[in-house]
Amino acid sequence: MSILVLAEHDNVALKPATQHTISAGAKISEKGGNPEVHVLVVGEDAEVVAQASARVAGVNKVFLADASHLGAQTAEAVSAQVLQHIQTGDYSHVLAPATTFGKNVLPRIAARLDVQQISGIIEVLTVDTFIRPIYAGNALATVQSATDAIKVLTVLSTGFDAAAVAQGNAPIESVKEIVNDPSGTRLLGRQLSSGEKLELTAAKVVVSGGRGLQKAENFKLLEALAAKLNAAVGASRAAVDAGFVPNDYQVGQTGKIVAPDLYIAVGISGAIQHLAGMRDSKVIVAINKDPDAPIFQVADYGLVGDALEILPQLTAQL
Amino acid sequence: MKVLVSIKRVVDFTVKVRVKSDGSGVDLDNVKMSMNPFDEIAVEEAIRLKERGIVTEIVTVSIGSSACQETLRTAMAMGADRSILIESENDLEPLAVAKVLKALVLKENPQLVILGKQAIDDDSNQTGQLLAGLLDWPQGTFASKLELASGKAVVTREIDGGLETLELPLPAVITTDLRLNEPRYTTLPNIMKAKKRPLDIVKVGDLQVDPTLRLTTLKVEAPRPRKAGIRVASVEELVTKLRDEAKVI
Repeated sequence: MSILVLAEHDNVALKPATQHTISAGAKISEKGGNPEVHVLVVGEDAEVVAQASARVAGVNKVFLADASHLGAQTAEAVSAQVLQHIQTGDYSHVLAPATTFGKNVLPRIAARLDVQQISGIIEVLTVDTFIRPIYAGNALATVQSATDAIKVLTVLSTGFDAAAVAQGNAPIESVKEIVNDPSGTRLLGRQLSSGEKLELTAAKVVVSGGRGLQKAENFKLLEALAAKLNAAVGASRAAVDAGFVPNDYQVGQTGKIVAPDLYIAVGISGAIQHLAGMRDSKVIVAINKDPDAPIFQVADYGLVGDALEILPQLTAQL
Repeated sequence: MKVLVSIKRVVDFTVKVRVKSDGSGVDLDNVKMSMNPFDEIAVEEAIRLKERGIVTEIVTVSIGSSACQETLRTAMAMGADRSILIESENDLEPLAVAKVLKALVLKENPQLVILGKQAIDDDSNQTGQLLAGLLDWPQGTFASKLELASGKAVVTREIDGGLETLELPLPAVITTDLRLNEPRYTTLPNIMKAKKRPLDIVKVGDLQVDPTLRLTTLKVEAPRPRKAGIRVASVEELVTKLRDEAKVI
């Protein structure tokens, strides 16, 4: 038996979420008598991603399925290729990061395998028992998948440390059988934020703004603080709904789930949906003018005051 | 064109649920229930497509106890034409839900199925993708924009780092993200009208779908509470604490 991790990448670089997923895979391997952990890279001209995967600690073997129609990584094309790969090996588990990539692709695979996927695990108890948050993280469910022959899991990065990019040198094997995608789905284009923006889920420090910032321009104050702290910028759903920042800034139940060393919430009241996305941060700072805002209940350090006055002061003193 | 919209009755998003002391689940007694917010967006999108003359009929479906009739009535008060309740006393897992929806799709022949991307109770984010997989249809998940023309759907998707636009041949499955639209409120006249719209009830057992649970929930517990924090009086004090006490800057 082996454990398969589906790599998330952009054909150029391996995304850090994959390292966290490999770490979860290694943990399952540990609990299950050390079966091999394989990484499958599905993409176009993605040799460099396969090489990066081979260096990650805990990886025993890397497979690269490389073809022009796999470059866009649509769920239709990727899932067909993964299903083909699963047939060639003796896999007990299939894992992917619980990111928009993994969430999009993995259930499609589970459907074809007739398996009930477990979404967003944060802990591995045994080879078939896992912990996952439900109800916006207000409850943690311990679930066991006893009957499905293959366990299909998405992995929340906050639950597992990133496996180190060590001097590992797992062998890389090219997948010979490339599966066509007859679905007709076509990528027309992508609009991605500029490359300078730090990935929220990978940053050690996150500064997030809410409706208390009042308007989009005021996020510049937050960005200045973020630049000083080498932090990623996030936002509450209220700030996204108000149009201050794009949706991919959103931290919360239905956005990104983060657990940085330091989380600074500025002008965020602290709705349960937002807390779900950041409550596992090591140190939480809340800055809000409402002394009764629920965000203070989870904050290690609370500062009551006007965010627009405090932000420049804080940036200046760091 | 016919559209099928699947909706789930869930704990209202404003409710902070409590875990039962015996660890068997969360306490849902006397808790306010509502339509899953993402499903409201799905219903709204179908109505907008109908208002633009692209869609001719909107069928909403829900799976659960007879209380789901209320949720379906809300969808019809928003503008859905008719509803189907798949009655099931027990909760179904996403895979079984997707199988039920597949059976309905084969019967109703919609060109489009729209679902919320995620239910805010179990947070699985699976059903739309599972259904697309079972039907072998194209999928446009986490949609923030949807256009239909000449047998194709053009879907703008919310992805990590930005947006992506896909073209899908119909029939297809779409799941909704937050910015797709802002759902309308129901009005009293429309609530009255919705009472007269058809609502068929089908027993889940009549659909030849095995409802057996694949997963066993061994325990549900509350997350570890955070240690109470402190208030600081000034920016200076905050910086000092972060540097010397928490050692995170």
